[in-house]
Amino acid sequence: MDGIADMGGAPGWGSVHPPRQDEPVFSQPWEGRAFALAILSNRASGGNLDSFRHALERLDRAHYIDDGYYGRWLNAGELRLLDSAVLAPGAVDARARNLRGEHVEEPPVPEPAKPDYAPTADGTLRCLATAPAFAVGERVRARDMSPAGHTRLPRYVRGRIGVVDIIQPAGVLPDSNAHFLGENPQYVYSVRFDSHDMWGADAEPFELTVDMFESYLETPS
Amino acid sequence: MTTTAGSAERLPPALRTEALEQLLTERGLIDPKAMNGLITTYETNIGPLNGAKVVARAWTDPEYRRRLLEDGTAAIDELGFGGFQGEHIVVVENTATSHNVVVCTLCSCYPWPVLGLPPSWYKDPAYRARVVKEPRAVLSEMGLELADDVRITVHDSTSEVRWLVLPEQPPGTEHLTEEELVPLVTRDAMVGVAKVAAP
Repeated sequence: MDGIADMGGAPGWGSVHPPRQDEPVFSQPWEGRAFALAILSNRASGGNLDSFRHALERLDRAHYIDDGYYGRWLNAGELRLLDSAVLAPGAVDARARNLRGEHVEEPPVPEPAKPDYAPTADGTLRCLATAPAFAVGERVRARDMSPAGHTRLPRYVRGRIGVVDIIQPAGVLPDSNAHFLGENPQYVYSVRFDSHDMWGADAEPFELTVDMFESYLETPS
Repeated sequence: MTTTAGSAERLPPALRTEALEQLLTERGLIDPKAMNGLITTYETNIGPLNGAKVVARAWTDPEYRRRLLEDGTAAIDELGFGGFQGEHIVVVENTATSHNVVVCTLCSCYPWPVLGLPPSWYKDPAYRARVVKEPRAVLSEMGLELADDVRITVHDSTSEVRWLVLPEQPPGTEHLTEEELVPLVTRDAMVGVAKVAAP
Protein backbone atom coordinates (compact mmCIF):
# COMPACT_ATOMS: atom_id res chain seq x y z
CA MET A 1 0.00 0.00 0.00
CA ASP A 2 1.06 3.60 -0.42
CA GLY A 3 1.89 4.94 3.00
CA ILE A 4 4.32 7.06 4.93
CA ALA A 5 6.74 4.13 5.29
CA ASP A 6 7.55 4.25 1.57
CA MET A 7 10.10 7.07 1.77
CA GLY A 8 12.43 6.62 -1.22
CA GLY A 9 12.79 9.93 -3.05
CA ALA A 10 10.29 11.77 -0.86
CA PRO A 11 11.15 15.47 -0.50
CA GLY A 12 11.05 17.61 2.61
CA TRP A 13 12.99 15.59 5.18
CA GLY A 14 15.92 17.99 5.44
CA SER A 15 19.55 17.21 6.18
CA VAL A 16 20.86 13.84 7.22
CA HIS A 17 22.57 13.48 10.56
CA PRO A 18 26.25 12.58 10.69
CA PRO A 19 26.87 9.26 12.48
CA ARG A 20 27.76 9.24 16.17
CA GLN A 21 30.23 6.61 17.26
CA ASP A 22 29.09 6.44 20.88
CA GLU A 23 25.39 5.92 20.20
CA PRO A 24 23.87 3.23 22.44
CA VAL A 25 21.77 0.49 20.82
CA PHE A 26 18.76 1.66 22.82
CA SER A 27 18.91 5.31 23.87
CA GLN A 28 16.45 4.68 26.74
CA PRO A 29 15.53 1.44 28.53
CA TRP A 30 11.93 1.51 27.26
CA GLU A 31 13.19 1.30 23.68
CA GLY A 32 14.75 -2.10 24.28
CA ARG A 33 11.54 -3.29 25.93
CA ALA A 34 9.44 -1.93 23.06
CA PHE A 35 11.73 -3.68 20.55
CA ALA A 36 11.33 -7.06 22.27
CA LEU A 37 7.62 -6.50 22.94
CA ALA A 38 6.94 -5.74 19.29
CA ILE A 39 8.52 -9.02 18.19
CA LEU A 40 6.71 -11.01 20.88
CA SER A 41 3.40 -9.20 20.28
CA ASN A 42 3.50 -10.05 16.58
CA ARG A 43 4.21 -13.66 17.56
CA ALA A 44 1.35 -13.67 20.08
CA SER A 45 -0.96 -12.29 17.40
CA GLY A 46 -0.23 -15.28 15.14
CA GLY A 47 1.57 -13.00 12.68
CA ASN A 48 4.65 -13.23 10.51
CA LEU A 49 7.43 -10.87 9.47
CA ASP A 50 5.37 -9.49 6.59
CA SER A 51 2.26 -8.89 8.67
CA PHE A 52 4.44 -6.93 11.08
CA ARG A 53 5.87 -4.78 8.28
CA HIS A 54 2.34 -4.26 6.98
CA ALA A 55 1.31 -3.08 10.45
CA LEU A 56 4.19 -0.59 10.35
CA GLU A 57 3.09 0.78 6.98
CA ARG A 58 -0.53 1.12 8.15
CA LEU A 59 0.45 3.55 10.90
CA ASP A 60 -0.50 7.15 10.35
CA ARG A 61 2.05 9.94 10.43
CA ALA A 62 1.88 10.53 14.18
CA HIS A 63 2.16 6.85 15.10
CA TYR A 64 4.93 6.32 12.55
CA ILE A 65 7.06 9.38 13.33
CA ASP A 66 6.29 11.01 16.67
CA ASP A 67 7.21 8.15 19.01
CA GLY A 68 10.53 7.45 17.27
CA TYR A 69 11.72 4.19 15.77
CA TYR A 70 10.97 1.89 18.68
CA GLY A 71 7.74 3.73 19.44
CA ARG A 72 6.78 2.86 15.86
CA TRP A 73 7.58 -0.78 16.57
CA LEU A 74 5.49 -0.65 19.74
CA ASN A 75 2.57 0.84 17.82
CA ALA A 76 2.83 -1.81 15.09
CA GLY A 77 2.97 -4.59 17.71
CA GLU A 78 -0.15 -3.20 19.36
CA LEU A 79 -1.89 -2.95 15.98
CA ARG A 80 -1.14 -6.65 15.34
CA LEU A 81 -2.70 -7.52 18.70
CA LEU A 82 -5.79 -5.49 17.81
CA ASP A 83 -5.97 -7.20 14.38
CA SER A 84 -6.09 -10.59 16.11
CA ALA A 85 -8.36 -9.37 18.92
CA VAL A 86 -5.80 -10.44 21.51
CA LEU A 87 -6.23 -6.94 22.90
CA ALA A 88 -9.29 -4.72 22.88
CA PRO A 89 -9.08 -1.23 21.37
CA GLY A 90 -8.05 1.21 24.08
CA ALA A 91 -6.67 -1.49 26.39
CA VAL A 92 -3.10 -0.22 26.33
CA ASP A 93 -4.05 3.41 26.84
CA ALA A 94 -6.39 2.51 29.71
CA ARG A 95 -3.69 0.48 31.46
CA ALA A 96 -1.17 3.27 30.87
CA ARG A 97 -3.51 5.77 32.52
CA ASN A 98 -4.01 3.50 35.48
CA LEU A 99 -0.24 3.08 35.76
CA ARG A 100 0.10 6.83 36.20
CA GLY A 101 -2.53 6.94 38.91
CA GLU A 102 -5.78 7.56 37.07
CA HIS A 103 -8.74 5.28 37.64
CA VAL A 104 -10.21 4.35 34.27
CA GLU A 105 -12.15 1.27 33.33
CA GLU A 106 -10.23 -1.17 31.19
CA PRO A 107 -12.07 -2.86 28.30
CA PRO A 108 -12.85 -6.58 28.70
CA VAL A 109 -10.53 -9.09 27.02
CA PRO A 110 -12.05 -9.95 23.62
CA GLU A 111 -12.36 -13.36 21.99
CA PRO A 112 -9.10 -13.74 20.01
CA ALA A 113 -9.39 -14.19 16.25
CA LYS A 114 -5.92 -15.19 15.14
CA PRO A 115 -5.23 -15.91 11.47
CA ASP A 116 -5.40 -19.48 10.24
CA TYR A 117 -1.74 -19.49 9.34
CA ALA A 118 1.38 -21.61 9.63
CA PRO A 119 4.60 -21.19 7.64
CA THR A 120 5.63 -24.10 5.40
CA ALA A 121 9.23 -23.85 6.64
CA ASP A 122 11.47 -21.72 8.85
CA GLY A 123 12.57 -18.34 7.60
CA THR A 124 11.53 -16.68 4.35
CA LEU A 125 13.66 -18.43 1.71
CA ARG A 126 12.06 -21.23 -0.33
CA CYS A 127 13.32 -23.62 -3.01
CA LEU A 128 11.46 -23.51 -6.31
CA ALA A 129 11.33 -26.32 -8.87
CA THR A 130 10.73 -23.82 -11.66
CA ALA A 131 13.37 -21.69 -13.40
CA PRO A 132 13.55 -17.90 -13.03
CA ALA A 133 11.47 -16.01 -15.62
CA PHE A 134 14.14 -13.35 -16.19
CA ALA A 135 17.86 -13.72 -16.93
CA VAL A 136 20.88 -11.74 -15.75
CA GLY A 137 21.42 -8.86 -18.15
CA GLU A 138 17.78 -8.79 -19.28
CA ARG A 139 15.93 -5.47 -19.39
CA VAL A 140 12.89 -5.45 -17.11
CA ARG A 141 10.32 -2.92 -16.03
CA ALA A 142 8.95 -2.58 -12.52
CA ARG A 143 5.17 -2.80 -12.81
CA ASP A 144 3.27 0.40 -12.28
CA MET A 145 0.92 -0.86 -9.60
CA SER A 146 -0.45 0.54 -6.38
CA PRO A 147 -1.94 -2.37 -4.43
CA ALA A 148 -4.29 -1.69 -1.53
CA GLY A 149 -2.52 -4.30 0.60
CA HIS A 150 1.09 -4.88 1.54
CA THR A 151 3.85 -4.65 -1.03
CA ARG A 152 7.63 -4.28 -1.07
CA LEU A 153 7.67 -2.52 -4.42
CA PRO A 154 8.61 1.09 -3.65
CA ARG A 155 6.72 3.85 -5.40
CA TYR A 156 9.82 5.52 -6.81
CA VAL A 157 10.73 2.47 -8.90
CA ARG A 158 7.30 1.73 -10.38
CA GLY A 159 7.25 1.95 -14.18
CA ARG A 160 11.05 2.29 -14.40
CA ILE A 161 13.24 0.14 -16.64
CA GLY A 162 16.44 -1.48 -15.41
CA VAL A 163 18.66 -4.51 -15.99
CA VAL A 164 18.71 -7.73 -13.96
CA ASP A 165 21.98 -7.73 -12.04
CA ILE A 166 21.65 -10.75 -9.71
CA ILE A 167 19.05 -13.52 -9.44
CA GLN A 168 18.62 -13.98 -5.69
CA PRO A 169 17.12 -17.04 -3.93
CA ALA A 170 13.34 -17.37 -4.01
CA GLY A 171 11.40 -16.21 -0.98
CA VAL A 172 7.83 -15.92 0.28
CA LEU A 173 5.93 -13.10 -1.40
CA PRO A 174 5.25 -10.38 1.19
CA ASP A 175 2.17 -9.17 -0.71
CA SER A 176 0.23 -12.37 0.01
CA ASN A 177 2.05 -13.61 3.11
CA ALA A 178 1.34 -10.41 5.04
CA HIS A 179 -2.37 -11.10 4.64
CA PHE A 180 -2.06 -14.85 5.36
CA LEU A 181 -3.11 -15.60 1.77
CA GLY A 182 -0.28 -18.02 1.07
CA GLU A 183 3.48 -17.91 0.73
CA ASN A 184 3.46 -17.79 -3.09
CA PRO A 185 7.28 -18.01 -3.20
CA GLN A 186 9.02 -16.26 -6.08
CA TYR A 187 12.53 -15.51 -7.27
CA VAL A 188 13.95 -12.16 -6.22
CA TYR A 189 15.90 -10.05 -8.70
CA SER A 190 18.39 -7.33 -7.90
CA VAL A 191 17.65 -4.93 -10.74
CA ARG A 192 20.15 -2.20 -11.58
CA PHE A 193 18.84 1.22 -12.57
CA ASP A 194 20.62 4.25 -13.95
CA SER A 195 19.97 7.36 -11.87
CA HIS A 196 18.97 9.35 -14.96
CA ASP A 197 16.29 6.82 -15.90
CA MET A 198 14.99 7.12 -12.35
CA TRP A 199 15.29 10.82 -11.58
CA GLY A 200 15.79 12.59 -14.89
CA ALA A 201 18.60 14.24 -16.83
CA ASP A 202 19.73 16.51 -14.00
CA ALA A 203 20.22 13.70 -11.47
CA GLU A 204 23.57 12.88 -9.90
CA PRO A 205 25.26 10.12 -11.93
CA PHE A 206 25.02 6.83 -10.01
CA GLU A 207 23.46 3.39 -10.16
CA LEU A 208 20.87 1.88 -7.88
CA THR A 209 19.83 -1.71 -7.24
CA VAL A 210 16.36 -2.60 -5.98
CA ASP A 211 15.45 -6.16 -4.94
CA MET A 212 12.14 -7.19 -6.48
CA PHE A 213 9.96 -10.27 -6.48
CA GLU A 214 9.24 -11.81 -9.88
CA SER A 215 5.61 -10.65 -10.04
CA TYR A 216 6.77 -7.04 -9.60
CA LEU A 217 8.52 -7.22 -12.98
CA GLU A 218 7.49 -7.35 -16.62
CA THR A 219 9.21 -7.33 -20.00
CA PRO A 220 9.25 -3.79 -21.42
CA SER A 221 7.27 -3.50 -24.66
CA MET B 1 -6.15 5.32 8.09
CA THR B 2 -5.83 2.67 10.74
CA THR B 3 -4.20 3.78 13.93
CA THR B 4 -3.88 2.35 17.39
CA ALA B 5 -5.31 5.42 19.06
CA GLY B 6 -8.33 5.31 21.28
CA SER B 7 -8.06 8.74 22.81
CA ALA B 8 -7.09 12.21 21.71
CA GLU B 9 -4.18 12.63 24.10
CA ARG B 10 -0.99 10.88 23.05
CA LEU B 11 0.52 9.04 25.96
CA PRO B 12 4.31 8.76 26.14
CA PRO B 13 5.67 5.58 24.52
CA ALA B 14 7.64 4.63 27.63
CA LEU B 15 4.39 4.48 29.63
CA ARG B 16 2.55 2.62 26.88
CA THR B 17 5.42 0.12 26.66
CA GLU B 18 5.07 -0.61 30.36
CA ALA B 19 1.30 -0.97 29.98
CA LEU B 20 1.55 -3.39 27.08
CA GLU B 21 4.21 -5.46 28.82
CA GLN B 22 2.01 -5.72 31.91
CA LEU B 23 -1.11 -6.67 29.93
CA LEU B 24 0.66 -9.45 28.03
CA THR B 25 2.63 -10.75 30.99
CA GLU B 26 -0.36 -11.06 33.30
CA ARG B 27 -2.20 -13.10 30.67
CA GLY B 28 0.84 -15.33 30.16
CA LEU B 29 1.11 -14.30 26.51
CA ILE B 30 4.77 -13.40 26.70
CA ASP B 31 7.62 -14.98 28.60
CA PRO B 32 9.66 -12.38 30.53
CA LYS B 33 12.74 -14.53 29.98
CA ALA B 34 12.27 -14.42 26.18
CA MET B 35 11.78 -10.68 26.44
CA ASN B 36 14.98 -10.10 28.40
CA GLY B 37 16.84 -12.55 26.16
CA LEU B 38 15.97 -10.54 23.06
CA ILE B 39 17.08 -7.29 24.64
CA THR B 40 20.40 -8.71 25.87
CA THR B 41 21.10 -10.40 22.55
CA TYR B 42 20.85 -7.21 20.54
CA GLU B 43 22.12 -4.78 23.15
CA THR B 44 25.21 -6.81 24.06
CA ASN B 45 25.92 -9.92 22.01
CA ILE B 46 25.22 -9.12 18.35
CA GLY B 47 26.74 -5.98 16.90
CA PRO B 48 29.18 -4.56 14.35
CA LEU B 49 32.10 -6.41 15.93
CA ASN B 50 30.82 -9.48 14.07
CA GLY B 51 31.02 -7.70 10.74
CA ALA B 52 34.44 -6.28 11.61
CA LYS B 53 35.74 -9.83 12.10
CA VAL B 54 34.41 -10.79 8.66
CA VAL B 55 36.08 -7.77 7.05
CA ALA B 56 39.43 -8.27 8.82
CA ARG B 57 39.45 -11.92 7.74
CA ALA B 58 38.75 -10.89 4.14
CA TRP B 59 41.57 -8.34 4.21
CA THR B 60 44.12 -10.88 5.42
CA ASP B 61 42.98 -14.05 3.66
CA PRO B 62 42.53 -13.73 -0.15
CA GLU B 63 40.83 -17.11 -0.39
CA TYR B 64 38.28 -16.09 2.26
CA ARG B 65 37.74 -12.77 0.49
CA ARG B 66 37.00 -14.63 -2.75
CA ARG B 67 34.47 -16.87 -0.99
CA LEU B 68 32.90 -13.90 0.80
CA LEU B 69 32.26 -11.99 -2.43
CA GLU B 70 31.02 -15.14 -4.16
CA ASP B 71 28.67 -16.40 -1.42
CA GLY B 72 28.45 -13.97 1.48
CA THR B 73 26.02 -16.01 3.56
CA ALA B 74 28.22 -19.14 3.51
CA ALA B 75 31.48 -17.27 4.17
CA ILE B 76 29.92 -15.33 7.06
CA ASP B 77 28.55 -18.59 8.45
CA GLU B 78 32.15 -19.90 8.56
CA LEU B 79 32.75 -17.36 11.35
CA GLY B 80 29.58 -18.47 13.11
CA PHE B 81 27.33 -15.56 12.17
CA GLY B 82 23.91 -15.85 10.54
CA GLY B 83 20.21 -16.21 11.24
CA PHE B 84 17.36 -13.76 11.70
CA GLN B 85 17.57 -10.79 9.30
CA GLY B 86 20.59 -12.40 7.67
CA GLU B 87 19.19 -15.37 5.75
CA HIS B 88 20.87 -14.27 2.54
CA ILE B 89 23.71 -11.76 2.72
CA VAL B 90 25.35 -10.31 -0.38
CA VAL B 91 28.76 -8.69 0.14
CA VAL B 92 29.84 -5.88 -2.19
CA GLU B 93 33.34 -4.48 -2.32
CA ASN B 94 34.33 -0.82 -2.13
CA THR B 95 37.49 0.16 -4.01
CA ALA B 96 39.26 3.36 -5.00
CA THR B 97 36.94 3.70 -8.01
CA SER B 98 33.71 1.96 -6.97
CA HIS B 99 31.62 2.78 -3.91
CA ASN B 100 28.59 0.89 -2.57
CA VAL B 101 26.14 2.23 0.00
CA VAL B 102 23.14 0.48 1.55
CA VAL B 103 19.67 1.70 2.56
CA CYS B 104 16.17 0.39 3.20
CA THR B 105 13.70 2.97 1.90
CA LEU B 106 10.64 0.99 3.07
CA CYS B 107 11.58 0.36 6.71
CA SER B 108 15.10 -0.07 8.06
CA CYS B 109 16.16 -3.56 6.95
CA TYR B 110 19.73 -4.18 8.01
CA PRO B 111 22.00 -7.25 8.29
CA TRP B 112 21.46 -7.90 12.01
CA PRO B 113 23.78 -10.95 12.40
CA VAL B 114 26.83 -8.96 11.29
CA LEU B 115 25.96 -5.38 12.27
CA GLY B 116 23.37 -5.65 15.05
CA LEU B 117 20.44 -3.23 15.13
CA PRO B 118 20.66 -0.17 12.88
CA PRO B 119 21.97 3.18 14.16
CA SER B 120 19.69 6.22 14.27
CA TRP B 121 21.06 7.81 11.09
CA TYR B 122 20.13 4.68 9.09
CA LYS B 123 16.53 4.89 10.36
CA ASP B 124 16.30 8.64 9.77
CA PRO B 125 13.66 9.57 7.14
CA ALA B 126 16.12 12.01 5.55
CA TYR B 127 18.63 9.21 4.89
CA ARG B 128 15.97 6.78 3.66
CA ALA B 129 14.37 9.35 1.37
CA ARG B 130 17.47 10.99 -0.06
CA VAL B 131 20.27 8.45 -0.46
CA VAL B 132 18.46 6.79 -3.41
CA LYS B 133 18.11 10.16 -5.12
CA GLU B 134 21.26 12.14 -4.31
CA PRO B 135 23.80 9.79 -2.70
CA ARG B 136 26.80 12.00 -3.33
CA ALA B 137 25.17 14.93 -1.51
CA VAL B 138 24.04 12.69 1.35
CA LEU B 139 27.48 11.11 1.79
CA SER B 140 29.04 14.56 1.77
CA GLU B 141 26.69 15.71 4.55
CA MET B 142 27.74 12.62 6.50
CA GLY B 143 31.40 13.55 6.12
CA LEU B 144 32.40 11.35 3.18
CA GLU B 145 33.64 13.22 0.11
CA LEU B 146 34.08 10.99 -2.93
CA ALA B 147 36.08 11.99 -6.02
CA ASP B 148 34.02 12.73 -9.12
CA ASP B 149 35.28 9.65 -10.93
CA VAL B 150 34.15 7.23 -8.19
CA ARG B 151 31.20 5.15 -9.41
CA ILE B 152 28.45 5.00 -6.77
CA THR B 153 25.97 2.13 -6.44
CA VAL B 154 23.14 2.40 -3.92
CA HIS B 155 21.49 -0.84 -2.76
CA ASP B 156 17.88 -0.56 -1.57
CA SER B 157 17.10 -3.52 0.75
CA THR B 158 13.52 -4.12 -0.35
CA SER B 159 13.44 -7.92 0.03
CA GLU B 160 14.99 -10.33 2.54
CA VAL B 161 18.37 -9.95 0.79
CA ARG B 162 20.76 -8.15 3.12
CA TRP B 163 23.76 -6.16 1.88
CA LEU B 164 27.13 -5.82 3.59
CA VAL B 165 29.89 -3.55 2.30
CA LEU B 166 33.47 -4.83 2.33
CA PRO B 167 35.34 -1.55 2.85
CA GLU B 168 38.66 -0.77 1.22
CA GLN B 169 41.60 -1.62 3.46
CA PRO B 170 43.32 1.65 4.43
CA PRO B 171 46.78 2.08 2.93
CA GLY B 172 49.65 1.44 5.31
CA THR B 173 47.87 -1.31 7.26
CA GLU B 174 49.06 -4.25 5.16
CA HIS B 175 51.50 -5.34 7.89
CA LEU B 176 48.78 -5.55 10.59
CA THR B 177 47.38 -8.89 11.72
CA GLU B 178 43.71 -9.87 11.47
CA GLU B 179 43.29 -9.21 15.21
CA GLU B 180 44.89 -5.77 14.88
CA LEU B 181 42.65 -4.87 11.94
CA VAL B 182 39.33 -5.80 13.60
CA PRO B 183 39.08 -2.66 15.82
CA LEU B 184 39.71 -0.37 12.83
CA VAL B 185 36.56 -1.53 10.98
CA THR B 186 33.53 0.64 11.70
CA ARG B 187 29.82 -0.01 11.36
CA ASP B 188 29.49 3.03 9.09
CA ALA B 189 32.13 1.74 6.67
CA MET B 190 30.28 -1.59 6.43
CA VAL B 191 27.11 0.26 5.34
CA GLY B 192 29.09 2.47 2.97
CA VAL B 193 28.76 5.94 4.51
CA ALA B 194 32.39 6.11 5.66
CA LYS B 195 35.83 4.76 4.83
CA VAL B 196 38.04 2.88 7.23
CA ALA B 197 40.85 5.08 8.48
CA ALA B 198 44.37 3.88 9.23
CA PRO B 199 45.23 3.96 12.97
